[in-house]
Amino acid sequence: MTSGTAALPSGGAKRRHDPNRLGHLSGGQGTSRASGHGTGGPAPKRIVVGYGFWLFILSDIVMFSAFFASYAVLHNGTDGGPDGRELFDLGNTAVETGCLLLSSFTCGLASLAVIVRRKLAFYAAMAVTGLLGATFIGLEANEFAGLVMKGDGPDRSAFLSSFFSLVGLHGIHVSIGLLWLLTMMAQVFAKGFRSDINRRVMCFALFWHALDIVWVALFTVVYLMGVLA
Amino acid sequence: MTLFGMPLLGKLTIDAIPLDQPIPLAAGAAVVVILLAIIGWIVFAGHLPYLWKEWITSVDHKRIGIMYTILGLVMLLRGFSDVMLMRSQQAFAYQAPGFLPPEHYDQIFSAHGTIMIFFGAMPFIIGIMNFVLPLQLGVRDVAFPTLNSVGFWLTASGALLVNMSLVIGEFARTGWLPYPPLSELTYSPGVGVDYYLWALLISGVGTLMAGINLTTTILKMRAPGMSYLRMPIFTWTALAGNLLITAAFPILTATLIMLTLDRYLGFHFFTDEKGGNSMMFMNLVWAWGHPEVYILALPAYGIFSEVISTFSGKPLFGYRSMVVATMAIFVLAFMVWLHHFFTMGAGGDVNGVFGIMSMIIAVPTGVKVFDWMLTMYGGRVRLTVPMLWSICFIVTFVVGGATGVLLAVPPADFALHNSMFLVAHFHNVIVSSSLFAAFAGYSYWFPKAFGFRLVESWGRAAVYLATAGLVGVFGPMYILGLLGMTRRMQHYDVASWHPWVLAASFGVLILIASIVCQVTQLVVSIRHRDELRDETGDPWDGRSLEWATSSPPPVYNFAVLPDVHGEEAYWAVKSRALEQHRLREEPHYEAIEIPLNSPTGFVCAFFSTVVGFAMIWHIWWMAIVGLFGAFATFVVFAWRDRVEYEVSAEEVAKLDRENRASRSNTLAVSRRKVAA
Amino acid sequence: MTDTASDDPSRHSDTAPGAEFGEEDVGEGFRAYVMGLALASLLTVASFITVKFHFVYAPAIPVALFTFAIAQMGVHLVFFLHITTGPDNINNSMALAFGVLIVFLLMGGSLWIMSHLNGNMQLMNPYMQMHEMHMQQASPDQPDQQLMPPLPPDRQPAGKAPQP
Repeated sequence: MTSGTAALPSGGAKRRHDPNRLGHLSGGQGTSRASGHGTGGPAPKRIVVGYGFWLFILSDIVMFSAFFASYAVLHNGTDGGPDGRELFDLGNTAVETGCLLLSSFTCGLASLAVIVRRKLAFYAAMAVTGLLGATFIGLEANEFAGLVMKGDGPDRSAFLSSFFSLVGLHGIHVSIGLLWLLTMMAQVFAKGFRSDINRRVMCFALFWHALDIVWVALFTVVYLMGVLA
Repeated sequence: MTLFGMPLLGKLTIDAIPLDQPIPLAAGAAVVVILLAIIGWIVFAGHLPYLWKEWITSVDHKRIGIMYTILGLVMLLRGFSDVMLMRSQQAFAYQAPGFLPPEHYDQIFSAHGTIMIFFGAMPFIIGIMNFVLPLQLGVRDVAFPTLNSVGFWLTASGALLVNMSLVIGEFARTGWLPYPPLSELTYSPGVGVDYYLWALLISGVGTLMAGINLTTTILKMRAPGMSYLRMPIFTWTALAGNLLITAAFPILTATLIMLTLDRYLGFHFFTDEKGGNSMMFMNLVWAWGHPEVYILALPAYGIFSEVISTFSGKPLFGYRSMVVATMAIFVLAFMVWLHHFFTMGAGGDVNGVFGIMSMIIAVPTGVKVFDWMLTMYGGRVRLTVPMLWSICFIVTFVVGGATGVLLAVPPADFALHNSMFLVAHFHNVIVSSSLFAAFAGYSYWFPKAFGFRLVESWGRAAVYLATAGLVGVFGPMYILGLLGMTRRMQHYDVASWHPWVLAASFGVLILIASIVCQVTQLVVSIRHRDELRDETGDPWDGRSLEWATSSPPPVYNFAVLPDVHGEEAYWAVKSRALEQHRLREEPHYEAIEIPLNSPTGFVCAFFSTVVGFAMIWHIWWMAIVGLFGAFATFVVFAWRDRVEYEVSAEEVAKLDRENRASRSNTLAVSRRKVAA
Repeated sequence: MTDTASDDPSRHSDTAPGAEFGEEDVGEGFRAYVMGLALASLLTVASFITVKFHFVYAPAIPVALFTFAIAQMGVHLVFFLHITTGPDNINNSMALAFGVLIVFLLMGGSLWIMSHLNGNMQLMNPYMQMHEMHMQQASPDQPDQQLMPPLPPDRQPAGKAPQP
């Protein structure tokens, strides 16, 4: 350390005024304790975990958007094969949609049950969520199996490839969600409402709700628009 | 042997080992022998328990950062061996077949690009971010320590798969981005593309984990008082880089999944038939590919900014303009991807828009260059090794950037597309930004990581030789491109190219000399570590918080979380200490909770490697076993009850008092200097 | 960072996405979920009906569907994921905005680029083809080059590069 360096303006004592208030609430004069504004120090674990998982969900949605883009580009590539109007059964889609929407609701109830620490309500809500999710997966598997039986599997045309992978990707997410749901029920059973387990339930709820959002885009773009075309 | 009518080992037979090809076999055998020798030494010298407890299962961001960096360094050498093969092949292949057959040469340039980007540059940059960020932010660790370990080991798993292809089977012959229809099953029936796909799918998940983890760390875990505009500039660039990872890597994963589905299940995303569209692959892969350029470049700019500010003895010129420029590049990075395929036929209006966007991105980059130069202007510039890397970067990078603006003009791009000019351009920018930054960061933060400095003399030689090598290799390539030579040529007959190809090959010799200097520097420094010891933790007269703790930092980083009152948090503390001729009051020490080490990352990556290998060779039962193993690992991890251990207040106090003592000594010395 | 002390949400005015109610607000939380379910069901039914019964001007149906879908996603975000624009939620909504930007850039860009590529690279009548050839600098001795997939860069025949 040389003595000359000390003469330079330092941050601490003579801090510059912030004319554009770019750092408003942050230049030391703010009162907000939100960690995003910098005065609070590291955020509590619950917020860190929730935020990290939120970022993961957004990245997952970007991944879905790549599959959506492929579907949008390739949905005319039927190669003389069937298109959406011939294949899609809106009744089936409506039931699937209902299942997923209801399960999103019951999943919300499960996270409320965690807050009031009611085990029975939690198990019940999670079980209903799981059953609805399983019904959804069953319906989707049935639809896929029917298509493949008819010879309209993913190898039939680019349209069907993109359809199967987009809808199937969502289905795989829901299946992973079911596995996670069972794991969480087992964890609450074995460990109770411990704070780290509550955080995991919160992440699961985020995941499940996000899957429903993706499904909204999916039934609109793939099924409803597909039937229109 | 069969299982349910399928061969037990899928497509894997003894023929997969290239016994008939001497070069890959010898190279592969050498690598295997070296690896076995290292493992044998570790086991027999009794280092295994230490390695397992302190490194492999470590969730400490500093250790993980160092392991990332080591992986990056090793893979850079691996990628450089491909360079030597390619350059010597082209030197010999004038009107001759050379010594590498085309099918092998194709694998080499594909492996070179893949390894250098995904397993050389990325781990190196992520490793530096991992090591530095929590220290600069003044916190104890990253947001998710165990996830950090999982991410690292998944990256290592991908690197392992790529290198396995050297010995078992083959690597892709498609270039570092496997463009269909060439990469489809019809034209690439071998396992090469599968190695590429599974290695990148696995390591891509790891990279995504690192990106999410570090973004969360920056946004949610900062020392009290560290608002956004008080964050060091490296933290800002790292934030941009990691947000880019979070948003761009899912696109790569999606694209590779589509190609995998094409190859494994007969889908028709990118095939020539049944409505598939191979151009969609180029579109999607570059929608990831261009942000990737800035994932590598933005943190690199941050490293240069830190280094230049420190060694000019001045705050960074135009800190806020630098932040704005960083964030502008970050958003623009997602709006220029078409310039990688201007020639594919999108037409004038699309090309025009993307061309103009590409030129615009040079503006914030120019802002940065001026900021760096004006930081040096009027400062007390110390020409240390990191500073020399930075200065050489500015000079060479401007050339590379200017050729980039040239290539952003669609008509010019039609002439230069896929020529050696393009190869020279992107190597010029990526070597001078990412690689030079990685080395600048390596020599800048080395004392922080290991407690002693690297010797300057060998480092200076390495800088000068690397810069000369860069000019020597890629200068001729620019000319070759203008002479019409296309990239990836296994042999050629044009007389006017030959001297320039030889010149480029000569440049590689200079680069080899540079690498020798780097290795020597490390060896000499380790031997003389006692003379190079950094006692205070602040060897460079630094300005940000990582220099406020000892070198190497204790596992908890800071005895007490620093309180931040302005930009350049540590500089303020130091100035006050110098003015008042004493350190701050000794703080009140408290016990610190540290996350327990966990083998989850290593075990998980082991199972991922199993899954990847099984999928490559169509060994389905093994893939199922691997998947189940990975899930079981997570459940076991989730089931544990003790997640943290405590470092007692006395222990913290003891370590911190040692550091305070050496800092007061330095303070006393500087005071005597002032008095004299 | 011990769990028990820091998990109290009132200590920090910063919120995680997802459930964020204290014990006293559970009733309010329940009402939010019911409200969300009602609105989402309404919008879902509306989009299915629009398609099924065609009582909207036909070319406007896609617009109506997109409107319903975006509205429903908003409902999910607000009532199920509790994303708000409050100061405690800035990081969450900024991240969301960034994600939405990337999604739009990726999908919009891909559609725009690919529609132009498809338009320029399709089968066409000989007159158009000659015109396009002129535009695309296709080599004259291979008139049907546009019908072939583009040669991958690394498969270009060695030594056949154009001479300046």
